[in-house]
Amino acid sequence: MSWLTEYVRPKIRTLLGRREVPDNLWTQCPSCQQMLFAAELERHRRVCHHCGHHLRVPAPQRLEWTLDAGSYTRVELPKVAADPLRFRDTKRYTDRLREAREKTGLEDALVVAHGTIGGHKAVVAVMAFEFIGGSMGAAVGEGIVAAAKLAVLQQAPLIVFTASGGARMQEGAISLMQMPRTVAAVQMVREAGLPFITVLTDPTTGGVTASFTMLGDVQIAEPGAEIGFAGARVIEQTVREKLPEGFQRSEYLLAHGILDMVTKRADLPATLARVIGLLTVAHQEAA
Amino acid sequence: MRHFLDFEKPIAELEAKIEELRQMSEPQGPEGGINIADEVGRLSAKVERELRGTYARLTPWQKTQVARHPDRPKATDYVAGLITEFTPLAGDRAFADDAAIVGGIGRFRGRAVAVLGTEKGSDTESRVAHNFGMSRPEGYRKARRLMELAGRFNLPVLSFVDTSGAFPGIDAEARGQAEAIARSIDACLAAPVPLVATIVGEGGSGGAIALAAGDAVLMLEHSIYSVISPEGCAAILWKDQAQAAAAAEALKLTAEDLRRLRLIDRIIAEPLGGAHRDPQAAVAAVGDAIALALAPLAELDGTALRARRRDKFLAIGHDTLI
Repeated sequence: MSWLTEYVRPKIRTLLGRREVPDNLWTQCPSCQQMLFAAELERHRRVCHHCGHHLRVPAPQRLEWTLDAGSYTRVELPKVAADPLRFRDTKRYTDRLREAREKTGLEDALVVAHGTIGGHKAVVAVMAFEFIGGSMGAAVGEGIVAAAKLAVLQQAPLIVFTASGGARMQEGAISLMQMPRTVAAVQMVREAGLPFITVLTDPTTGGVTASFTMLGDVQIAEPGAEIGFAGARVIEQTVREKLPEGFQRSEYLLAHGILDMVTKRADLPATLARVIGLLTVAHQEAA
Repeated sequence: MRHFLDFEKPIAELEAKIEELRQMSEPQGPEGGINIADEVGRLSAKVERELRGTYARLTPWQKTQVARHPDRPKATDYVAGLITEFTPLAGDRAFADDAAIVGGIGRFRGRAVAVLGTEKGSDTESRVAHNFGMSRPEGYRKARRLMELAGRFNLPVLSFVDTSGAFPGIDAEARGQAEAIARSIDACLAAPVPLVATIVGEGGSGGAIALAAGDAVLMLEHSIYSVISPEGCAAILWKDQAQAAAAAEALKLTAEDLRRLRLIDRIIAEPLGGAHRDPQAAVAAVGDAIALALAPLAELDGTALRARRRDKFLAIGHDTLI
């Protein structure tokens, strides 16, 4: 499910038979099923104002809502070999990539920018779930490494917003190798004495969770996000038990000691600014 | 009883015939015995030819089955065969000892080392005891603890990887499976001592890389190393588990594929017909390959090792894939 498929045509359109109404004027809340008017939904940062459900956010929009207005610059990420395995399932991987690029206007499932958050400089990387489920292949891994290097260069904290179904299967073991590669990226930031903060958004699973995501100095999640290593279906089939209520949701992970906090989307920029400010004081004073 | 895979059927039939002849020959006189010996010799040569042919042309899906062969030597077989004075060390110091990952200290060819292995077990009882080689967070936390211990006492780390993956369970998730794997990879990359990882059977995804982000990564000829099982991949991308053979092909999970992509350092040749036909020879071959990989690493100090290891992983995809 991508954010695009969450859009549904309002029933009213078929009733009136009017064609000039754009398709994306209304969105249905996947949680409470209420119809949400697009402009109003955007004003609430894609949080349902009926039930508080946090809908998924396209990656470029996330940058806009996180970094100070007009403060940031998108970074061009390194190019990687496309389709090294010449992978083909029911579709060619190169076709999937092309379609995802056309659909999203993104090169791959990560965007990176540098700028300020509440006046503090920061490098922010955002995973794009809308791009092949935010899956991590060489491009995402390379992007995380590039973001880490940029953070070290700028002596700025690195903040990563995660949203991923896991590894990019179409890149086979190359995608698996992005786990140690992104961990190495975190080590670079750590050794430079800079904070590494992860913000886990819906969903964050598989190899992405089990690598850089879980190495945050501070780990924040949005409410209700699905977070875990193994998929819920796989677990159900393996243990043949009913999964507990709220299993693999942000609040469950918080209760199990895996996250520092669960923070509403509206409060994220201020929280990030405060955490960065507190963690970089000594750094600034020493400088 | 030898366990035969589906594609080994012609070999199984030949060997059954040989066995039959051997049993016939015993009560008979010397004359009949000679003829039978000839026939056994002829059939044995045929078995060898058949094995050579079959094993030279294994498809990725067949390799997957060999890698999972119930009689294939397991991590503990390599530990038993290669490590003297082996002293198992248990526990993550927080919750439990996870038997899916065995670990300890001992000597490899005279030199003190730390050892880690994902252990699948070799009969029903031990398979259950080792949870079929699928670790919970405690296993990865034990691995991390032992890698840190190895670093403090300057012991090279040898890991033997054979797992279908980390255990997908409610308890595992509740106790932070993802965090445990991430920290284990972190410990691999941070270790100030040589880390030689050998994929001896199945290198299953995050559960494998947690012990395999090493200076040298070796793979037995018929082992596999993949981001997801062929069955899992088929279920997701083909929406049909029966397409596992096609998925195995597409995933490029054989040792040869991984070497071509320069994701591993060396392939270790297996005895004719796979490691399960001659476990002792397989264990010896792995020992020789580890010794060879370890020698140049032992010359480097901790800082150099870490820098080299990190650069090696960061360089993946830079020089090779285009």
